[in-house]
Amino acid sequence: MTTKPTWTRKDLVGLDSLSAEEITLLLDTAKAFKGVGERNLKKVPALRGKTLVNFFVEPSTRTRTSFELAALRLSADVINVSATVSSLKKGETLKDTAKNFEALLADIIVIRHSSPGAAQFLAERLDASVINGGDGAHEHPTQGLLDVFTMRERFGGIEGLKVAIVGDILFSRVARSNVHALVKLGAEVTLVGPTTLVPKSLESLGVRVTHRLDDVLETTDVINLLRIQHERQRKEYFPSLGEYTALFGLTKARAARLRPDALIMHPGPINRGVEIDSDVADGSRSVILEQVTNGVAVRMAVLYFCAGGAGVQA
Amino acid sequence: MTESKNGEATVVAMDADAIRKAIRRIAHEIIEQNPDLSKVVLAGIPTRGIEVSRRIAEHIEQVEGIRPQTGTVDVSMHRDDLALRNRLTAVESTHLPLDLEGLTVILVDDVLFTGRSCRAAMDAVASFGRPARIQLAALVDRGHRELPIRADYVGRNLPTELSEKIRVRFENLDGVPDSVTVVKP
Repeated sequence: MTTKPTWTRKDLVGLDSLSAEEITLLLDTAKAFKGVGERNLKKVPALRGKTLVNFFVEPSTRTRTSFELAALRLSADVINVSATVSSLKKGETLKDTAKNFEALLADIIVIRHSSPGAAQFLAERLDASVINGGDGAHEHPTQGLLDVFTMRERFGGIEGLKVAIVGDILFSRVARSNVHALVKLGAEVTLVGPTTLVPKSLESLGVRVTHRLDDVLETTDVINLLRIQHERQRKEYFPSLGEYTALFGLTKARAARLRPDALIMHPGPINRGVEIDSDVADGSRSVILEQVTNGVAVRMAVLYFCAGGAGVQA
Repeated sequence: MTESKNGEATVVAMDADAIRKAIRRIAHEIIEQNPDLSKVVLAGIPTRGIEVSRRIAEHIEQVEGIRPQTGTVDVSMHRDDLALRNRLTAVESTHLPLDLEGLTVILVDDVLFTGRSCRAAMDAVASFGRPARIQLAALVDRGHRELPIRADYVGRNLPTELSEKIRVRFENLDGVPDSVTVVKP
């Protein structure tokens, strides 16, 4: 008799530290939670009586709403705190703010922060479960999980799947979390983008690097387009948005060269006409909105595991 | 009583033949109680309740020529003792007809013990809709209820000590002959 895989972690800081078994456990359970969204009564009592604080120091609508909905469907209570209304503005330290949430008896803190390591910092210091909602350019584990979930749902498995991740890899926590999960589950990952944003050194992560999108179009099963983060980038990484689109944008012509069953993914928000053509984003191979639906299911699984049990750390 | 490899004392309570007869009897009782089998859904509770429900459905089909619908109900997200557990395992998907109006849902479990799984399963079913009635079938009823719940169909009443464990094994799932074993502490 094989023993069933189990979850023993209090926090989810990144996918780098998870085993393939733990990732699979989350994905399997997310499948069950996706079913909850399709019921008449879209709510289960698993986290009844627990309090979740959405602590978003960086702006976000999608991730915050998704966590909120996931928590509500598990019957937890939710408080949203954004940087502009918190006392961080008044000079309170991150640790003190978080300690205050804990004094309010929060059980789960979802943190989005511009500093890499912010989630780890809190996880080590708080008894509450800490879920990383994106920390700087480090990781965005729930986005990575929902992307992999979407691919797995469509193709049945990840092993041997050809996945191209295109764009600003260097500054992308989404790319990093995707790569960690995909490599652990046995996908063949290719990172595509300009040399300034996709240095060869990234190959140490167990992936291929190319600077020509045209090289991967015909063979890839999945093309995951990352948003060009105007707000984070300084000008010198590429000459202009127009040139980026010409070289790395998924235009109609390029989309036509993709395999008929290829998946087009994007973590959102989309810059229509920059990294992806507007019609392609709305086309039949695009699963961009499915990713949003799946995000809630994946986050329910994460909250269920991190806060549902007795919270014993391995 | 036999001593197994790892030193635990076990008593076989039901062998393959006893399990087959018990399932056959449950199937006949279900047929008797439910004149319209097209309105019956057998909903197995993971893991082994699913297998019991499959076998019951098979028997009913052999006897009556109509196979009742089958489904699964995962109870882990509806349990009230989640916070007491150190380790959580994967949650299985729940599959039930989307419209339960007018149907009889028969929950099927391998072992009926405290009744908490059954209560959780009733909540899970209620989140799908409002069936005409919910019934409960169990291969083994070991007693020690903590809730006012009783089974409508029981394969075997097996009085146990609270400290004992009941181990159910099915050949097609576990690779060992069908059996129900009482494991002494």
